[in-house]
Amino acid sequence: MFRSRALSKLIPLMSGQSNLAYRFIHPVIASHGHRCHRSVIYKQRYRTCPHSAGRRTISAGTKVMAEEELPGVLILDIGGTHGVLEDLAALLKKHFHLITMKEFLGNREEMSKKIQSIFVFECRPTIDCELLESLPNLKVIGNSGVGVDHLDLKMISSFGVKVTNTPHAVAEPTADIGMALMLASARRLVEGCQVAVSPDTKYFAVDWLGVEVSRATLGIIGMGSIGYKVAQRARAFNMRILYHNRNRRRKEEEEAVGAHYCAKMEDLLQQSDFVMLIVNLTPETHKLIGKRELGLMKPTATLINISRGAVIDQDALVEALQNKVIRAAALDVTYPEPLPR
Amino acid sequence: MEGQELPYVLVDCIGERLGVYEDHVGFLKKRFHLITMKEYLENKTVLSKKIRAIYMWYHKPAINEELLQSLPNLKVVASSGVGIDHLDLKLLSSYGVKVSNTPFIVSTDTADMGMALLLASSRRLVEGHEMAVSPDTEYFPADWLGVEVSGATLGIVGMGTIGYKVAERAKAFEMKILYHNRNQRKKEEESAVGAVYCKKIDDLLQQADFVLLAVNLTPQTHKLIGKRELELMKPTATLINISRGLVVDQDALVEALQNKVIKAAALDVTYPEPLPRDHPLLKLKNVIITPHIGSATKKTRWVMMEEMAESIEAGLAGLPVPREVLP
Repeated sequence: MFRSRALSKLIPLMSGQSNLAYRFIHPVIASHGHRCHRSVIYKQRYRTCPHSAGRRTISAGTKVMAEEELPGVLILDIGGTHGVLEDLAALLKKHFHLITMKEFLGNREEMSKKIQSIFVFECRPTIDCELLESLPNLKVIGNSGVGVDHLDLKMISSFGVKVTNTPHAVAEPTADIGMALMLASARRLVEGCQVAVSPDTKYFAVDWLGVEVSRATLGIIGMGSIGYKVAQRARAFNMRILYHNRNRRRKEEEEAVGAHYCAKMEDLLQQSDFVMLIVNLTPETHKLIGKRELGLMKPTATLINISRGAVIDQDALVEALQNKVIRAAALDVTYPEPLPR
Repeated sequence: MEGQELPYVLVDCIGERLGVYEDHVGFLKKRFHLITMKEYLENKTVLSKKIRAIYMWYHKPAINEELLQSLPNLKVVASSGVGIDHLDLKLLSSYGVKVSNTPFIVSTDTADMGMALLLASSRRLVEGHEMAVSPDTEYFPADWLGVEVSGATLGIVGMGTIGYKVAERAKAFEMKILYHNRNQRKKEEESAVGAVYCKKIDDLLQQADFVLLAVNLTPQTHKLIGKRELELMKPTATLINISRGLVVDQDALVEALQNKVIKAAALDVTYPEPLPRDHPLLKLKNVIITPHIGSATKKTRWVMMEEMAESIEAGLAGLPVPREVLP
């Protein structure tokens, strides 16, 4: 849910403010052929003309594109529970002809040819073979957030369709939520709130204690962009930082955050007071943390998951928590989401 | 020492959720003869002359003039935590009693708690948790959003030991840090955390996305944040209090939250603690309250106890009292 923040950062890029944006837009409009060059100029020099008679105009050399001429982008919906946020949809409409699933299904023949891109927001709409087969002009799927485990990349690639995600936009808010969960769990914040507001509370017990975060040992499993930002934050709490990653980071990067590499995940698990999972979900990381790994953790340790629910063997986690094999868990992700009630 | 009796130290009670921790008693009993209030009241004539120190654990036992008058040999009061607003320092001094607290050991955990509240409030953690576990939840809505911490502006009111540690932590989140303090900090201290001094609290209040109170409670800081200060804050701002409930005009805060003058509040401290069960702050959706747990970790509480014992021992030996609080 917090991943949707990625969108607000993406849109300014798309207004032609950087080379990266230019390259992103280019494939989408490549199929416009002779209009390609003019479309690019449109993107780069789009601004409101102060002398316009009320209608937005583009600077000299370009013409206003009517909605239908804008590239067609399929989205699930605008607003509602799972749709693209309304204010972001308004921004998208400046560049694209947004077609909702409802509109598409209501007029397949006409719409299917117009759709050159799909905007996947919070994993919707679902991309399956059937959908791809019905969109002959589909060029690129833009996915909000960094995780693409819900997309069959091989299948999509076989249709000659490119996929993009937004890894950098989500890095800071996700690192922040990792820290938030670690602090909240260690200091029993949610429980504390419940005590503070409960109608049964008559006094605050003085022996109501949590565990320290400062100076404790944090083990980061998955030291990508998000993991590294977590390390930067944790360092300010004087935490001892261990990390496990497919590849070791450069010495300067390690030293900048005081992180120690654990080639073997077991070493990290045995020494950490807090274990934070920040890997992407792949066949290799599926059930990365199971009964064995939980058994290796300290009985006083906390497991924090900000990656994907399926990285943990959830049944093993339940058992470990019930039997006090580990102290606690703080999960922003589960499988499925939401969990059965 | 052989033949010599251990000094008699008065405590409120042992265990029972409010008293001296059971697992601290072993350490204390090696050094002191602990007398509970109950034992004292049952045997005042003998015990009143023997008691030479009071071990004040979480504001208990309460010290008033009557108690001071009946303990002629009282030399030291060791108080847990850093706040001493619950003690009448002038009164104690007039009886020749020294007072100590435990200011530095609590600073790290309290700074951590400040950050925990800031993050929990901005990302709607408590609300989110309730949604995740609620029996009515069928799906997670995509338009459920919080506000950013990274890159936001934090205004720290009170840049003492705790305030500075908050700044150190906030810097790692790339927050822009403003601070207001009785005195400006040294330039190196400011640059180390990238903190900008606001001589006038108004400047801080007008610019901050998060306002964190880390002052001690004195007559000068009583109701430091009232209606005027709340109105100076941004309507998108959050107030975080890890100092004392009385630093905030609570009625003004309720009104400001109800009228969306500010966005949210996160309070580890209120006045009183706990709040009456029908208090409006308990019902506001945009408020997080925790039960004064700023320093509530096992390790910190153990060190606090050790420090208090040390202060008592020094005071009774006629030596300079570590962490003495002067009136």
